[in-house]
Amino acid sequence: MTSVRKEKYGKINRDKVLGFTWDNKEYFGYEGDSLASALLANNIKIVGRSFKYHRPRGVMSCGVEESGALVTIGSGSKADPNVRATTQELYSGLIAKGQNAFPNVNYDFGGINNYLSRFFAAGFYYKTFMGLPPFEWGKGTGIWMIFEKIIRKAAGMGKASREPDPDNYEHANDFCDLLVVGSGPAGIAAAQEAVNKKLDVILIEQDSLLGGNNLSEAEFDASLLQNQLESSGIRVMSRTTAFGVYDNTVVGALERVTDHIPNPNSKLPRQRFWTIRAKHIILASGALERHVAFNNNDIPGVMTVNASRHYLNRYGILTGNNIVITTNNDSVYQTALELQEAGSKVTILDSRKNINLDLPKEIDVHLNTLPFSINGRKKIEGLDVCKATDKNNKNTIICDQVLISGGWSPIVNLVSHRGIKPIWNQENLCFVPGDIKENITVVGSAKGIWNKNDCVKSGLVGANEAMNTLGIHKKEISFPSVGGWLNPIDTLFEVKSNKFPSKSFVDFQHDVTAEDVRLAHREGFISVEHLKRYTTLGMANDQGKMGNIIGLSLMAEQLDKTIPEVGTTVFRPPYTPVPIGALTGRNVGKHFRPLRVTPMHQWNIDHGAKMIEVGLYQRPWYYPKKNETLSDSYIRETTIVRKTVGICDVTSLGKIAIQGPDATELVNRIYTNPFAKLPIGKARYGIMLRDDGMVMDDGTSWRLGENEYFMTTSTAAAAKVMSWLEELLQTRWTDLKVNVTSVSEQWAGTSIAGPKSRDVLNECVLDSNEISNQNLPFMGVLQTKLKDGTPCRVVRISFSGELAYEMYIESDYAHGMMDILWESAKKYDGCLYGLEALGALRVEKGHVTAAELDGRVTIDDAGLGKMASTKKSYIGSAMRKRGVLNADDREMLVGFFPINEKETFNAGTIVCEKNNIQGQGIGRITSVTHSPELGHWIGIGYVNGGLDSWKDVTLVGADPVRNKQMEIKVVSPHMIDPEGKRMYA
Amino acid sequence: MNGALVPIQNCTVDMIRIKCPYCGERDHSEFTYGGDASIKYPALDASESEWTKAIFFRENIRGMQKETWHHTNGCRLWLEVERSTITHEIKSVKACHPQIEKITKHK
Amino acid sequence: MTRFNAWNVFKNGFTGQKNWDRQWRDPVPKKEYDIIIIGGGLHGLATAYYLAKNHNKKNIAVLEKGWIGGGNAGRNTTIVRSNYMLPGNHEFYEHSLKLWENLSHDLNYNVMFSQRAHVSLYHSPGAKDGAARRYNIMRLHGTDAELWDLDTLKKNIPHLNYNDARFPIMGAAVQRRAGNARHDSAVWGYARAADSLGVDILQNCEVSGVKRSQNNIESLETSRGTIKAKKVGFAVAGHTSVLWQMAGLGNLPIESHKLQAFVTEAVKPLLDHVVVYGVGGAHFYISQSDKGSMVFGGDLDWYKSYAQRGNLPMVQDTAEAAMAIMPCLGRIRLLRHWAGVMDMSMDGSFFICKTPLSNLYLNAGWNYGGFKASPASGWYFADLIANERPHKHVQNHNLERFEKGINIDERGAGPDPKLHG
Repeated sequence: MTSVRKEKYGKINRDKVLGFTWDNKEYFGYEGDSLASALLANNIKIVGRSFKYHRPRGVMSCGVEESGALVTIGSGSKADPNVRATTQELYSGLIAKGQNAFPNVNYDFGGINNYLSRFFAAGFYYKTFMGLPPFEWGKGTGIWMIFEKIIRKAAGMGKASREPDPDNYEHANDFCDLLVVGSGPAGIAAAQEAVNKKLDVILIEQDSLLGGNNLSEAEFDASLLQNQLESSGIRVMSRTTAFGVYDNTVVGALERVTDHIPNPNSKLPRQRFWTIRAKHIILASGALERHVAFNNNDIPGVMTVNASRHYLNRYGILTGNNIVITTNNDSVYQTALELQEAGSKVTILDSRKNINLDLPKEIDVHLNTLPFSINGRKKIEGLDVCKATDKNNKNTIICDQVLISGGWSPIVNLVSHRGIKPIWNQENLCFVPGDIKENITVVGSAKGIWNKNDCVKSGLVGANEAMNTLGIHKKEISFPSVGGWLNPIDTLFEVKSNKFPSKSFVDFQHDVTAEDVRLAHREGFISVEHLKRYTTLGMANDQGKMGNIIGLSLMAEQLDKTIPEVGTTVFRPPYTPVPIGALTGRNVGKHFRPLRVTPMHQWNIDHGAKMIEVGLYQRPWYYPKKNETLSDSYIRETTIVRKTVGICDVTSLGKIAIQGPDATELVNRIYTNPFAKLPIGKARYGIMLRDDGMVMDDGTSWRLGENEYFMTTSTAAAAKVMSWLEELLQTRWTDLKVNVTSVSEQWAGTSIAGPKSRDVLNECVLDSNEISNQNLPFMGVLQTKLKDGTPCRVVRISFSGELAYEMYIESDYAHGMMDILWESAKKYDGCLYGLEALGALRVEKGHVTAAELDGRVTIDDAGLGKMASTKKSYIGSAMRKRGVLNADDREMLVGFFPINEKETFNAGTIVCEKNNIQGQGIGRITSVTHSPELGHWIGIGYVNGGLDSWKDVTLVGADPVRNKQMEIKVVSPHMIDPEGKRMYA
Repeated sequence: MNGALVPIQNCTVDMIRIKCPYCGERDHSEFTYGGDASIKYPALDASESEWTKAIFFRENIRGMQKETWHHTNGCRLWLEVERSTITHEIKSVKACHPQIEKITKHK
Repeated sequence: MTRFNAWNVFKNGFTGQKNWDRQWRDPVPKKEYDIIIIGGGLHGLATAYYLAKNHNKKNIAVLEKGWIGGGNAGRNTTIVRSNYMLPGNHEFYEHSLKLWENLSHDLNYNVMFSQRAHVSLYHSPGAKDGAARRYNIMRLHGTDAELWDLDTLKKNIPHLNYNDARFPIMGAAVQRRAGNARHDSAVWGYARAADSLGVDILQNCEVSGVKRSQNNIESLETSRGTIKAKKVGFAVAGHTSVLWQMAGLGNLPIESHKLQAFVTEAVKPLLDHVVVYGVGGAHFYISQSDKGSMVFGGDLDWYKSYAQRGNLPMVQDTAEAAMAIMPCLGRIRLLRHWAGVMDMSMDGSFFICKTPLSNLYLNAGWNYGGFKASPASGWYFADLIANERPHKHVQNHNLERFEKGINIDERGAGPDPKLHG
């Protein structure tokens, strides 16, 4: 094939020359070129290698169906593998490389696979590589994994970057009355008709230019059309692919914003992902020309007929000197004339015996003639042809290009996304869209209408159908009929060759041949789904746009059935592949999930906090002084809390306002312990169970008034508890008069813990007498004011086991509260403490958190059985004692000490009997800390049967994944001040 | 073979839109699916076996079913939605709470 | 039947690949079988194979309403692992992993089980401890398991997001023997091996009615006629409830939910491990197929469904989760996505058990875990049907466990099936 740029042809801008690089060599093209056209203009024939046999591949089409010219664009972190050269716009400085080849696509060592292809039939890899050849000796997966390494390297197509994708992507939304997909004759007609009737119309076109198949015509002017459409009020979105149609006429679309620009503004997204909610959709997505399977039908220089016309009239490229066109339908004759006129010698092979057409005299037309086999390896040297009625007599036509038309396939993909089965049209040998019950209309060649005038007409009718469904008017409508060729299309999917092994390709990228389809049939893979999976037909980047129907026809022939009896292929979204970056949009890096911070976040950081992620929150982990490590710091903080006082941000706890005459009834039903008689001004610690009787969450509820409670939940369960209460009140207990409101964001909370906490608080509130032991006893609640007059709530509650309080204030005043508290605490040599110290303090006391309450624990297991009322029913009360949940040998909460006090251990350690270190063990350590007060490491966790069963027994803590094993003993979980004297002080 | 046609597998992609009686029509991603709305939860003091049936056993309807959705990122109403578990078509939406339902119906 | 090996591949290279047999027959249904397994997915086919192979049963049929392997067998992300913790579950999945390790040889079919290591990231000290508990229990059962610190992880997988991740990666829990496999070939391998032991695989044979007496199933009405059976096993995943109700048995502790899977265009080797993580409400798993496609998935679509179709918001969620951990994936293009119908159980664990009918056996409730479970599922289910008593490893995996308070809830999520992903 010798392709050349022709003067006076094409819609490219010859005034603007663009330099680009192909396989490290520099070339030139023009503005308006695609990469494929620029390569063709430079007469570059081999642009890729196929997946399996590494056969040379040239440009085979001019659009999204391309399965030959797949290349890598860009380099470094911006390398894009598997780009279709046919849809990549050329820009100045574009860097493109051939892929899946070593050293390059012209000379590829992988090409040896082609010579071994007789062994590499469909599915051969299922039959070997299991063990040592030739008889697959061995066991296990060792030998396979050696083969696998080699196979993986050979497979894949392009090479992806391992660097983070440096580009930005955006998500955008839009709405319209009518969305038209495709700007060919039918789509334009539909859009114009609709906008004339004042509809809000969006027209989507995947190409950079409008026009669809009009672009293959010499006279067509795309920019004129664009101006017309835009000035009529149509919102035109070019370079935008509608890749999926979803429920409620929602369309997903991908706009390529900067993929065609050399050095785009870094503020622009590379691509934009659109969700467009239309009231009606018109699909004018066009049709794709098919090829025909015959021997060597993949040699560079093979192309669809219509593609060649596009290259001539859009890009000004004559793709061959000496062209053979093979066809089974009428669609090629205009192209043949134009190619001849442009200077090529054109020969037409038409498989039909006789046709009623004014055959051009200057073109050699052979009726009843089939392509049989292409001669040549890296380029076409000739074509063996034969009579359709006598395949034994062949002669050779010398040529440098073979253009194929095996008929046309309407693009029913988007309709298929709606689960609508396409219908086989035997007359036109194609699938046409089935009946659609939604507000979607298909027009033009996507409906199987071939004649251009009829396409335009169908567009108008389609617009009127849209207006019918939108209630704008009621008009009788009638679409032009399907088809429109003068002569019927001939059934021609494959020209069978007896030459063995024949390489009649059905799927060009994956090297699936007609023989592969027959092998699949012989081996019983006769359903479409099995055929596809066994041969990988239609699973390449084009998703079967080119080859599927040929594959179906070959299987139909083997089964002696019709194509629709064999089945159809299902097209899944996306229509063309969509980058993961575009789907993600801006939610990358730190924006993956929103960051929740407390109102005193900055205050904490300013005061030296090291932060840690807790769910979506960042919370203070520890407050290191100078060179302190985490361990130094939390031990110091813990010690100070026990000695004087510490302050800790606890804002992330869930907070719920419960209000209404039945508020008491609600809290009494959801907590296991009695709340009915909780006096106003008192708080109570409570446990909530799930319906199945397992512990859901713990927290406190404060009675602020007759009908008002303030509930706190754990940080982790905040959202869950809120939804749960709403569910109960709105679905199960609809008679209860209660309202629940999440006030988590409204209140900032801090804990003030330690023997000096009362002194600190006294200095901070307006009326210092209020905080006295008498006025604010353990579990007392007080609504008061800080000394600067800000209202606040104080509860005397202790997680650390010390005399302790929590103070809550409206979020906006959090910094002020912290300032006041900290100023006072400093006087008592107090400290700020973080989560690590908070954890240490509560472990010493045996208080449970999410680490202990893992969703499989009952209230008895957690050692809180005495909080389960026997006098009332509550959520989970029936189920908590079912069956084995009652058993004596269930796990129970305990404390752990190392036998050797110098020994440390980790949470996640499994507790075993000394002589039986295996299996599930007898328990587990859930939380650990160094206890400054006890002077050694301690833990809490569970053992079967609890403390009573293992008291004074030396057990083993097994932690093999951290290479640790130590002797431990079981103690009471309440390791410090078990009587609770300190918190009552 | 039986000569049967290959069943066409449904392969569409969803974008369920729920008409919240308070907020209007919204993408389902604003909502949280609850569960089977036909479950009759027994009284708190009912037997273990009644609770077991209610909590653990499901009709798992293939077809139109009543189910609950929570408008988590909206008005926070719990809604009873009649939806096909095959086609995802929604037949009706109403607030679960009878009084709220009465109010929102006229909205 | 011609054995699969390099020698025969070589020989067939010279004979035009003409000497391969049908991989499984297309038999005419008999009037009666000793055992009928309903469901021609991996679990059903594996059950038939082990019934024939381990228990010497002869007269077995597998009934498939469409084509074998057309359901979840072909709709998963092909991960195989045994990092389960609870009694019974761990033994079961480890047994499954062991069967996988020799499955290619056993079936004489390359199922391409690639023991490339399953790397489960953790993002907080608490998550590390949680992983340590699970992986310690694995080790104490003799199963391989280890923790990788950050340096080891970086050395093995340098291109994860160690720089600006919203949830910093701190390390990983790793099972080296875990990995991925080729799902279709496992289906075909079991079918071919079962067929060669005499099992009748009846495709396009949809069960439309169950004829039963008080305590027994007598026969099945199918699209290929009435077939009598001495014993019947259900292995139909997401459609179990439909069949169960057809047999007049009422409700099950199962809900059908859908789970999406995603495949990208093929690229040269980009990821040599299976990588998994869950944090910030996201859940994500990814590996690269031998062909080069990135295969990944995330959470359920969150609402009950029998439709094999995914929803767009979850596509975006999963893409976000992908980019969060592998920012280089931004430029890789999504080629296809689809959904499977999962039989989510009320505690996230499966059922291999007897039923209220004396000759009916149930295999269901596979949640997310069906693919990796397939060999063991077939093995233990065959054992149950043949011996009419559950193996001790699955003695609690029955329908009565909820009333008995036996909690096999790996996630501790409680009785909400959508949370057991």
